[in-house]
Amino acid sequence: MLLEVDHVVKHFPITTGMLVKQTVGHVRAVDGVSFELSPGETLGLVGETGCGKSTLARCVAGLHPITSGKVRFDGDDITNLPRPRMRAYRRDIQVIFQDPYGSLNPRRRVGSIIADPLVVHHVSSGPALRRTVQELMERVGLNPEHYNRFPAEFSGGQRQRIGVARALALRPRLIICDEPVSALDVSIQAQILNLLKDLQDEFGLTYLFIAHDLSVVRHISDRIAVMYLGKIVELAGADELHRHPRHPYTNALLSATAVADPDEAARRRRIILVGDVPSPIDPPPGCRFHPRCPKAGDRCTVEEPLLNPGDHQVACHFPVSAGEDLTAPRSRGWTP
Amino acid sequence: MTVRRPSGGAARGTIMSLLEVTDLQVRFPTSDGLVQAVRGLSFTVERGRTLAIVGESGSGKTVSTQAVLGLSPGADISGTALFEGVDLLKLDHEQLRRIRGAQISVIFQDPLTSLHPLYKVGWQIEELIRVHRPDTSRAEARRRAVELLGLVGIPRPDRRVDDYPHQFSGGMRQRAMIAMSLALNPKLIVADEPTTALDATVQAQILELIGRVQAEFDIALILITHDLGVVAGIADEVLVMYAGLVVERAGRRTLYYRPHHPYTKGLLESIPGSSGARNGRLRPISGSPPSLIAIPPGCAFHPRCPYAMPVCAAERPPLSRVTGTASGGTAGDGDHASACWLPHEAVGLGPDAEALRLRAKEA
Repeated sequence: MLLEVDHVVKHFPITTGMLVKQTVGHVRAVDGVSFELSPGETLGLVGETGCGKSTLARCVAGLHPITSGKVRFDGDDITNLPRPRMRAYRRDIQVIFQDPYGSLNPRRRVGSIIADPLVVHHVSSGPALRRTVQELMERVGLNPEHYNRFPAEFSGGQRQRIGVARALALRPRLIICDEPVSALDVSIQAQILNLLKDLQDEFGLTYLFIAHDLSVVRHISDRIAVMYLGKIVELAGADELHRHPRHPYTNALLSATAVADPDEAARRRRIILVGDVPSPIDPPPGCRFHPRCPKAGDRCTVEEPLLNPGDHQVACHFPVSAGEDLTAPRSRGWTP
Repeated sequence: MTVRRPSGGAARGTIMSLLEVTDLQVRFPTSDGLVQAVRGLSFTVERGRTLAIVGESGSGKTVSTQAVLGLSPGADISGTALFEGVDLLKLDHEQLRRIRGAQISVIFQDPLTSLHPLYKVGWQIEELIRVHRPDTSRAEARRRAVELLGLVGIPRPDRRVDDYPHQFSGGMRQRAMIAMSLALNPKLIVADEPTTALDATVQAQILELIGRVQAEFDIALILITHDLGVVAGIADEVLVMYAGLVVERAGRRTLYYRPHHPYTKGLLESIPGSSGARNGRLRPISGSPPSLIAIPPGCAFHPRCPYAMPVCAAERPPLSRVTGTASGGTAGDGDHASACWLPHEAVGLGPDAEALRLRAKEA
């Protein structure tokens, strides 16, 4: 296994008081998540705003210290390593961020932005550095002659290519893509998705691909994990998850995903969920989805379902069987 | 562009369209040059129908409706926009204000910036009612606000009416915006990316709500979006915009299954899981959209078009009717027009159409 994430928990304390800080609660952003990634594989991580998917990505990349649990990379425990020791692993684990505007320093030239990781890790310098950077630019579809331009002179899609080139510079083994195409127009989005696929084939990259758009995730992923309120509720092969979703939340999410095909849209029976996602400060007891779940029973309010082992993992007491109708909305004591 | 009547007989011929925009041009003078945001847009909206305007960033989809509603200060606007026979572009500020909000209401993308953060949600709805109908009493306006919030699915509306916007979730804020847009029984709602800021499950709730209130109150809807997935579920007719112009206009099914314009086709082939990208690799459109200060001559799409011919760079193709030989379209699915020099029969995503396009390009 290239990456093992074992019961990772990330709680952010909520404090009050100006001089003497007092912790009054925790935002339970990630609450016990486990998964594994094999070399060359793409794992898609989907979920809605606030489900903890980006926090999880940052924990894996070592950008957030984690509260408990273990992260292993290539067999080595890299959980909360001190900075100098983490540095060695940063070469292997790179991140592509969502916002192609916010993640590039506007006052630096593109060439030096892409060169940064090579300089920091003493990989290359002088004329060789420039050559490497220009090769990278060419590989991701940028004109190498634009080496001396500023980020503002590039469009959103080209900026995302700069982000990809920077992530690729150290020939990492794992790239964490945090919503890499969400800010882009569809015609550009497809260019970046194809680029990521080509690079994966060429360099044998492993991706942890985070997005809220299920169609994008399905397109690029081998396996998909669905998150809800800090937990993985279902994890299965990409096609299997789409064909036989077992968790009621996955069913709802799939039925709600807009599809650019009118006949398919007409065939769809939308499961309209009641209410909103509860606060991760004080998640519901038992199964976290039970207040909104069309199938919830008494057991769901008290006992937390665990992921079953196997290829198709689902954390639900009453998983959905094929052909079951969940479209009648129903609420169990949901209060806004 | 011809005026299209709703299919179904009775209304044909005599009744004017609810909104009829003709040759709308919107330009913004800037220090860098003249930004040509909209370059001659014509469309009609019929009572109770849904028109979707689709396009990417900078295609002019938002600017065009904002210009019609007098919401784009500093713009240089020409053309006509007849709303029940009255030209909105000729009205003064005060006359337009009386129509806007009352007969035409707008739902914006971001409900947090369109609701005032320091006033209670209910108060903002009451104020809207009382500004347009000064003889309404406070108590009556409040009763109406509670009723509207209940109608759009806000639980316990009698209590939530006294909440501030920050106490609402994103989906609930958008519901409140919809409640507000319905307050004065409008004939037309302009929804500008109403679900773009929302999660998928919330988006589904809001789209269902918009569809329901539209049918219940017989309101016409202009839906502006970049998301062809949203359109597939609700539009009657779709306009695809590129660089300030309509490049294709068709009924919903025709657009998705029998597109003519290479840009529409390119969009469909770029979206994972769409009618155009059924299996395997995505086929993105190369390059990026043009700057609106320096729009390419002829067809604005020609530098990115895989089928570009010499005529494309020289002359702008008119929006004209296309009729696929093997198409037949779908009966009652509206007429189908495209602004492209390719043969009119080259519609669809199949190999026959592809062969026609390639032959035209070679010739």
